[in-house]
Amino acid sequence: MLAIELVAQGLIQGSIYALVALGLTLVYGLLRILHVAHAALFTLGGYVGVLVCNASGSLALGFLIAALVAGFGGVAMFRLAYQPLLSKPPYVALIASIGLFIASEEAFRIIFGAQGMSFTNPALQQQLVLGWGLQFKLAEILVMVSTASIIGVLAWLQARTRIGIACQATVSDPQMAQSFGISLLKVRDINFFVGSALAGFAGVWVALLNNLVEPTMGSVPSYKALAIIVLGGLGSVPGTLAAALLLGVIEAFGTIYLGDILDRNAIAFAFLIAVLMVRPQGLFARS
Amino acid sequence: MNYEISLITTMAIAVMFALSLNLITGFCGQISLGHATFQGIGAYAAAMLGKAGWPFLATLPVSMVLAGLLGVIVGLASLRVRADFLAITTMGVGFLFVGIVRQQESLGGELGVSSIPDHGLGRVGFMALALLMCAGIAALSVYIKRSWMGRVFNGIAEDEDTMRVLGIDVPRYKLAAFAMGTSLAGLSGAFYTYHLTFIGAESFGFVESITVLSMVVFGGIGSVPGVIIAAALLSVLPAWFQVIGDYKLLVYGGLLFVMMRFSPGGMAGLAARFFPTTPLVKGGKP
Repeated sequence: MLAIELVAQGLIQGSIYALVALGLTLVYGLLRILHVAHAALFTLGGYVGVLVCNASGSLALGFLIAALVAGFGGVAMFRLAYQPLLSKPPYVALIASIGLFIASEEAFRIIFGAQGMSFTNPALQQQLVLGWGLQFKLAEILVMVSTASIIGVLAWLQARTRIGIACQATVSDPQMAQSFGISLLKVRDINFFVGSALAGFAGVWVALLNNLVEPTMGSVPSYKALAIIVLGGLGSVPGTLAAALLLGVIEAFGTIYLGDILDRNAIAFAFLIAVLMVRPQGLFARS
Repeated sequence: MNYEISLITTMAIAVMFALSLNLITGFCGQISLGHATFQGIGAYAAAMLGKAGWPFLATLPVSMVLAGLLGVIVGLASLRVRADFLAITTMGVGFLFVGIVRQQESLGGELGVSSIPDHGLGRVGFMALALLMCAGIAALSVYIKRSWMGRVFNGIAEDEDTMRVLGIDVPRYKLAAFAMGTSLAGLSGAFYTYHLTFIGAESFGFVESITVLSMVVFGGIGSVPGVIIAAALLSVLPAWFQVIGDYKLLVYGGLLFVMMRFSPGGMAGLAARFFPTTPLVKGGKP
């Protein structure tokens, strides 16, 4: 029974990782930039969600506004920070992104205080008892359900709509896409908006699960999401999803069985390095 | 006087550390986000040996060899992965190091290693030795930069594929850069241990890796004088201005971002832009 519970906990954590890592993969696929500052939008989403929910009493409104604010924040980040750096060598954008992330973490600390914030009235905390002695918080179940449905909808949009197909075309060959009349800038804006909105959304879920938002809540997801997109084979969306869920489960088991040797965060990277030794192109990439 | 001596020693250790990363990132163009790990290896090696009764000077070569050995292993891994992966792999090594050391009771665990014996050189002697090491590493850097090896490094940083086509054994040179850079980081770690007489895993975490990277970037990637000045300045600024001490990360992060956004060449790039020394420099007046 422990095994089933660990798998379930892993999938819950993995859903959060998937939401965060998806935006990173989109950005990497499009611009070949490792977007470390992505996690700042995750934290931003968490704060906005808590603030809005506490002020209005509506969790749904909190989710909506958090996703919107994070989404527009992402577009602003792209326009102000990355757009001018696209012609420079890739490390320039990477270092700029790390700088932006560290500075924004500190900005959150200075603006909202170091000790973090909580929901005055946390929703969805009811315990659901399933068979075999398993029980989950309602929020934990909804994380998985909402992640699965959002990703399903996005996959459908990408395969079936003009904008989705334009995005795919831009990823595979930007110049060709442009000569077919696709506006690269628009596609990049949309990608940053969607990816960042997902991160903001994930931020509210984490806030709800822990009933806490703090300035540093983004750092661990940020670095782990990088490990995840490498495992997934940089730029591959299905690979990223699989890697996110797999890492969630491996961490859940690892914390129990390897906890004496490695702490939780090290497990993710031990796994990453072990995988890269065997498959340098990532777990799910076509070689 | 003691305060100034301690401050200069801190500066010297930071300069050593930054110059060691400059060999890898600056000369050879390989971004490392886990350089503090190698300083950590050197620091822990010196601490454990020092507590076991070894004299300070004898711990230095061991620290260098151990850090360099791990560096070569990480370097070997880096040869297999794409450039973008290297940044993440080295970051992973950093988290792994902190994660492992924190769980090892024999290495002090969460509490770290304290009461490290005296180095027996006196405050001034220790400072002088640290400064001497800095000068040595700086001279070595300049020498490498001008040598055949430095030109190859530069070529790899600029365009790896072309260097392969030219018949250069790229992996071997990358490995050489890693070995030198990481062993020198180990050396700075040994000095760090004996300077502070206390170390913990957290002192060699991700933030420190970013701090040293920001020193290199701020000074100008690849520029020896630029990196020396940047490391010296950035290491003592927090001590001089309490405001900066409190908002250290905001300042570092902001600096990194602003530098990259407006002058990716760092201070050295700015200097070259405003004071073109030769008429041959593009944009300079004849």
